[in-house]
Amino acid sequence: MIEIKHVKKSFDGKAVLRDVHLTIPKGETIVIIGRSGCGKTVLLKSIIGLITPDGGEILVNGKEITTMDREDLFQIRKKFGMLFQGAALFDSMTVEENIGLALWEHTDLSDDEIRRKVREKLEVVGLYNVEQKKPAELSGGMKKRVGLARALIMDPEFVLYDEPTTGLDPIMADAIITLIVETSRKLDITSIAVTHDLVSASKIGDRIAMLDDGRIIFTGTPKELKSTKDPVVKQFVEGKADSTSL
Amino acid sequence: MSIFLYRILGSTGYTLRNRRIVLDQMLEIGVHSLPLVTIVAVFTGAVASWQAAYQLEGVMGGVVSLDYLGAGVSAAILIELSPVLAGIVVAGRVGASIAAELGTMRVTEQIDALESLAIDPVRYLAAPRFVAGWTMMPVLVIYSSFVAHMGAYVVAFLLLDISTTAFFGSVQGHFLVYNVFSGLVKALVFGGGTALIGCSIGFRTAGGAEGVGRATIKAFVYSSAFILVGDYILAMVLF
Repeated sequence: MIEIKHVKKSFDGKAVLRDVHLTIPKGETIVIIGRSGCGKTVLLKSIIGLITPDGGEILVNGKEITTMDREDLFQIRKKFGMLFQGAALFDSMTVEENIGLALWEHTDLSDDEIRRKVREKLEVVGLYNVEQKKPAELSGGMKKRVGLARALIMDPEFVLYDEPTTGLDPIMADAIITLIVETSRKLDITSIAVTHDLVSASKIGDRIAMLDDGRIIFTGTPKELKSTKDPVVKQFVEGKADSTSL
Repeated sequence: MSIFLYRILGSTGYTLRNRRIVLDQMLEIGVHSLPLVTIVAVFTGAVASWQAAYQLEGVMGGVVSLDYLGAGVSAAILIELSPVLAGIVVAGRVGASIAAELGTMRVTEQIDALESLAIDPVRYLAAPRFVAGWTMMPVLVIYSSFVAHMGAYVVAFLLLDISTTAFFGSVQGHFLVYNVFSGLVKALVFGGGTALIGCSIGFRTAGGAEGVGRATIKAFVYSSAFILVGDYILAMVLF
């Protein structure tokens, strides 16, 4: 379980997260939505300790991570996988090295065993015979799939998705959504995705939370989101711009 | 910077266990710098020889014999020219390239991705580059000194009519091990410092492609300044 309590974060005096409070139970898939630049990625990176909040607490399975030393934080991160917005594959490595790196670093598995596991994860994301390719040789959708395989390689308890469908065509986006939903169910993973794409959010999330002005202003099922009366949430759902939108 | 250095030094055990990563960096920093170091060293030696002859004969009017040219040029190469010029070459080629590579990794979230895999980027990226810079720079300086001596000898032999025996006899007759030692001390400091500056600037890069460009220039400027100022301080300490 992940508990986010009164988290605050500012950059150059500008408050991005003012008072974020959210609990994500084990096994749930939650999608955090909100306008571009509202702090969704900052929140996601705070959960894995890539950004240290200015205040508040983040508890992962009851352990407070914001005040942890680096070594303990690295132990906690082994429970996580993260899919980055641009996949963030290591340019200088092959697909196999990208996916297997965590196993080479953290386990005593043999090279053959690691290669077998890499192939398994590539099959999970629907890719075959790409092990020796470099990221530059892959399409956007393939990069996301490799990024997902890398996120899953340590069989994580939690997977974080940063804008998983951004930059993909609708068909590839749907394929990635299906992949996320299936892997979350099959592997009993607690998943947190951030997106501004409501179609993806509704398909992926058991529950949706909306971040606005540095606070969570809505949590509910995709059905509840569509029928909300909250004017700010409604405006986002309906995609209507007003004088404050620019 | 000192905290960064402390974290790098704390990763030494890991770095030594992962020799492949260090060897890759040694190849990049050391072997791939050889062509440029060779060109710089040949012409540095050649011009040092020519200028030394001009000073001894033209300016000083032959008070000191050209038989001492080899000794003077050799000392200048070992103490100053090779460490400083090889250092500047490495600052331009390697320091800037480290900053550009790590800066690109930073702005494309590859360093965040490493952290998300519970891999310490300082240990995985910076420590091998520091160790490679630190160890390869003395090798480059030894190689550069040898090539510069050859450049100086060719000019002395072909253009100044100094015989091989006179040139190398002079070099050998006034050779001091301490000169080599001081050049190697400088090489260790310059190599480690250049890699450290490149890594530190690369890790703190922000602002997309423009930020990477700024980081690259900054790494070269800071590394060059570090070498020139460091050379002065080390000269004061060593001599």
